[in-house]
Amino acid sequence: MNYIQEFRNPEISKIILHQIEEVSAQLERKINIMEICGGHTYAIFRFGINNVLPENINLISGPGCPVCVTSQSFIDEAIEYAKLPNVTLCTFGDLVRVPGSYSSLSREKSEGASIEICYSPMESLSLAMNSPGQEIIFLGIGFETTAPLTAALVLEAKSRGITNLSVLSAHKTMPRALYALLNSEMVKVDGLICPGHVSSVTGYSIYSEIVDNLQIPAVICGFEPNDILQTILMLVQQIRSDKAKIENQYSRGVKKEGNILAQKMMNRVFMPVTSYWRGIGNIPASGLEVAEEFNSFNARQKNSVAVPPERIIKGCICGEIMQGVKKPTDCQLFGTVCTPQDPQGACMVSSEGGCATYYKFRE
Amino acid sequence: MCLAIPMKVKTIDHTTAMAEVNNVDYEINISMMQGLKIGDYVIVHAGFAIEKLDEKEALKTLSIWKEIEEFSKNKNGL
Repeated sequence: MNYIQEFRNPEISKIILHQIEEVSAQLERKINIMEICGGHTYAIFRFGINNVLPENINLISGPGCPVCVTSQSFIDEAIEYAKLPNVTLCTFGDLVRVPGSYSSLSREKSEGASIEICYSPMESLSLAMNSPGQEIIFLGIGFETTAPLTAALVLEAKSRGITNLSVLSAHKTMPRALYALLNSEMVKVDGLICPGHVSSVTGYSIYSEIVDNLQIPAVICGFEPNDILQTILMLVQQIRSDKAKIENQYSRGVKKEGNILAQKMMNRVFMPVTSYWRGIGNIPASGLEVAEEFNSFNARQKNSVAVPPERIIKGCICGEIMQGVKKPTDCQLFGTVCTPQDPQGACMVSSEGGCATYYKFRE
Repeated sequence: MCLAIPMKVKTIDHTTAMAEVNNVDYEINISMMQGLKIGDYVIVHAGFAIEKLDEKEALKTLSIWKEIEEFSKNKNGL
């Protein structure tokens, strides 16, 4: 078993799909299922799942693309840090093309700013060790899947006594944001496809409030096509029988309690703060800032910069797209002014952003 | 961005390991894993193993699908 091919058998896909058709026919109404994770959006389009589902199942993309929800002002802030002398920014590649208010990290890099792209946060540690006298600032973005990695970086840097490495954190956490979105009733969601790899770290508990208070069925889902189809079947079955519970389709990669060690590292290095979600707004306790104990690894504590006022991109509806209220094709900029080559909004930048996925797989 | 792929652990050295996917070896960080063994499969995200893949659970999922397939064949008289 290589944990990939076994979960893509097209014969099994057909049979699960047939079952979805049978159960959904008994619903006699249209239902909205939200896939929270941008990785699921991408997989749904890549494998054509959106084209084969019964007509009464409408899939909506949620706010689960970390690059997309990162605020414009964070890009502006990072650019100001890049302007400081003897500073190198280290960032995941997706972030460099996201437009800030006046520029982007990629434009700053082409104009001479020291910005390195990394695949793993640990690369910034090697960079720091090999660049004495240069302050390496790692741009911490991502949800619970990624935040423990940044925590591991800080802990490792501390244990090695490294003094020229810090984190500019825009990490975000799912539960408060998801609850706020679903509770706002801006969009009616009948079932949730829950992010597999966030759940690998957090376990089931982050969905309790949604299931208990809002009575929305939730199924934790893997990333192969038959995982997604089975998850949709499980959701439709819950909806038909008027139930709302947490189920785990991705049991091979998610334990009920999650990865305790990863949670401990994350909770030790970070503290919860109010965070601004692009297009959604400020949500209390939905972001992570480096905890006081690790101030010497917090870029904001080591140096302060003045961030220029945010300038909103006219016409971009990324915010409404991430809340599931509108689809990318509803945007007047989509595919004309805004393309993956020349993105106006964050959803067109990241490969798992709703707009980029729609653009790539457009008919 | 939460993209992660299954890799097979080949060697272990303290907090790092070499892991393989599609015949390519990668160095991964395993500081968030406990009791990892050579031959285990892990989910790798941005150079870190974030969870071990559970073979028993994977087989369980596959056997559920097999059951659904059998059920469907019998029902349709195939």
